[in-house]
Amino acid sequence: MMAEAKTTRLKERPLSPHLQIYKPLLTMMMSIVHRITGGALFFGMLLLVWWLIAAAAGPNAYASVQWFMETLLGRLILFGYTWALIHHMLGGIKHLIWDLGYGFGPVEREWLTVATLIGSIGFTILVWLVGYLVMGGIR
Amino acid sequence: MTEHTHRSMRTPLGRVRHLGSAHHGTRHFWHQRLTSVANVPLTIAVIVIVMGLLGRNHAAVVQILGSTLVAITMLLFIVSSVYHMWLGMQVIIEDYVHDERWKLFTLMANTFFAFAVGLAAVFAILKLSFGL
Repeated sequence: MMAEAKTTRLKERPLSPHLQIYKPLLTMMMSIVHRITGGALFFGMLLLVWWLIAAAAGPNAYASVQWFMETLLGRLILFGYTWALIHHMLGGIKHLIWDLGYGFGPVEREWLTVATLIGSIGFTILVWLVGYLVMGGIR
Repeated sequence: MTEHTHRSMRTPLGRVRHLGSAHHGTRHFWHQRLTSVANVPLTIAVIVIVMGLLGRNHAAVVQILGSTLVAITMLLFIVSSVYHMWLGMQVIIEDYVHDERWKLFTLMANTFFAFAVGLAAVFAILKLSFGL
């Protein structure tokens, strides 16, 4: 580096521009949220597996899963899981659109990203409303 | 050996530490996309299945989860999702865990977790289907 510096003028530029250099943009925040929801779903898979194993194990094991899911904590975890799943799916569809080379314009990329956020919140509430309707009321 | 000019995209530190391509091509990237495409219809199907099971008793849940179409859908979802999350967590680990030993450990743990969770789920669904 030192020996090379005298032959060519090296400008001091960051080799990898880091988070603190950019001002936070919605697309960037949602990119981070995509990774966070992905990580959460990684551990959320334990919940699904617990439920499946309990169903396979018998009525008693299944009853304990049902009991936990009806507690406030269980409900909160389930609600978060629903949102993370739907948000990661919509964010994934957005990334697939970008992978194909579409939607990179300054307007499209913004509304696509806003759409994933509004869509995930909307669909999560819809899923829960229908869920409570299926069960015949809030419990 | 190769002459490195200032136009090289590689950092001097990366060169010294022999960082670079693992020669795995684009398979990791491609499988991440492949499973993501599969996961879209499968996730919607699983949400519908789970909503149909809400509030039902154990016997009904076993009967529905064990029925052929539902069980196949659940199996496809589990296999595709577990592979997808295994690939995804690998990228997260490689991005943030820089200590070599700790990286090796977490990458192994990721694989063990994915296999254990995936096989447990597959076993449960098969058990429900075959009523063993």
